[in-house]
Amino acid sequence: MAHEETVYDALDHAHGGEGQWAFGTGFDEPLAGVDTTVPAGIDPADLGAYCLMLGDDALVLGQRLTEWMTAAPELEEEVAFGNIALDLLGQARLLLARAGSVGVLGRSRDLATASIPDEDALAYFRDADEFRNTGLAEAPGGDFGQTMVRLLVASTVRLAAFARLRDSRDPVVAAIAAKGVNELTYHRDHAARWVLRLGDGTPGSHRRAQAGVDAVWPLLADLFTATDVEQRLAAAGVAVDPADVRDEVRSVLTQVLGQATLTMPDWPADAAPAGRLGEHSAELTDLLATLQGLARQHPAATW
Amino acid sequence: MAISAAESDPRAVAETVTDPELPMLTLADLGVLRDVRTEAGTVVVEITPTYSGCPAMGVMRADLVHALHRAGFADVDVRTVLAPAWSTDWISEAGRRKLAAGGIAPPGRAPVRTAGPIPLSLGPTRRTAACPICGSADTVEQSEFSATACKALRRCRACGEPFDHVKEI
Repeated sequence: MAHEETVYDALDHAHGGEGQWAFGTGFDEPLAGVDTTVPAGIDPADLGAYCLMLGDDALVLGQRLTEWMTAAPELEEEVAFGNIALDLLGQARLLLARAGSVGVLGRSRDLATASIPDEDALAYFRDADEFRNTGLAEAPGGDFGQTMVRLLVASTVRLAAFARLRDSRDPVVAAIAAKGVNELTYHRDHAARWVLRLGDGTPGSHRRAQAGVDAVWPLLADLFTATDVEQRLAAAGVAVDPADVRDEVRSVLTQVLGQATLTMPDWPADAAPAGRLGEHSAELTDLLATLQGLARQHPAATW
Repeated sequence: MAISAAESDPRAVAETVTDPELPMLTLADLGVLRDVRTEAGTVVVEITPTYSGCPAMGVMRADLVHALHRAGFADVDVRTVLAPAWSTDWISEAGRRKLAAGGIAPPGRAPVRTAGPIPLSLGPTRRTAACPICGSADTVEQSEFSATACKALRRCRACGEPFDHVKEI
């Protein structure tokens, strides 16, 4: 037999046979061997800042979805939330690693130990004001109906952006987007079918799904206004101007809500970027306390 | 352990390494092993993740390095390749047979990805899979998601058994 008796023996071997391995400990960085050269004409600082925006959306929303672990109404849905969160975590890991590869690390490197990879430093050792996710990702999930409405909106916006980013002039972003599109298509379809089932279901499920829509809709306001970074990178063929995905998002949401017999609230007026500039609700601080607490208490821990 | 003739070829060694989550498949069967070559005395292995968040990548990497070390290749560099994105269409015919023999329904053809907006799919999933246990085509999807990111959960209406299905992506 050329392979090991258990899958863990080879990991142990990779870490010097000291038994100090575990999932999440000492893994190679996810872009190992990938050419991370920044193409000419792209500002690395802008590219890194943009990757933080896309990565933080996924990291924070993924964390929100994991709050359903042990609390979902059906075992299958718990597994679904776990799988979707894992996809988002993978996208976040690649994007934060891309930010780190161009030197965008904020204050995280001052706080983290040198031995952890860039993406872990960014995920665990930035404070809330350094996060660049939108308010849509960080808002508390609410009940199952509201969670599905938020997942529908978030995956619709992200899929529309990623479909365009497949043509990004940054080959790493383009590759992450091409991979992400396949995953996000599943997420959006899954959320859309649940919104359909809840909206066009019982009076109780309809009422709660509608309340979810009404609670989530104000979070659309700042999603389609580009920051300066996004404007510059969109002009350079690297990023998507979020204003360009608004019509597609609106069309998809109109279709789903219509079939779900839910009332679409007035589309909120465009607002200035907030989360993208580091302005967040207190809820993000609470979320980060859960996400980061262990890593910050034991920054060099192996187990 | 004696080094056989086959193990003097790094590709042959790498092709024996199995997937940690689907142990009936080699990484080559799964389409994750993209290239094995020798560059200036170093064995360079290229692998690609199935899903962005695939938690098995670290184990795959360690298994490849360890297998090649044991076969006498001291310098091994396992590199990640992100593009083109992995698709279930890359699972080999042998891999599909091994999946079915292991009680997991293999995937059908992956959806064709085109440029432009991705169409919304609101109806029930139309994917089909024959029961890997009794062979009946009368199966229903129980859950879009299952024990690993790459699988959906189905149930056979003929024999009543639940089974996993590697979903098309």
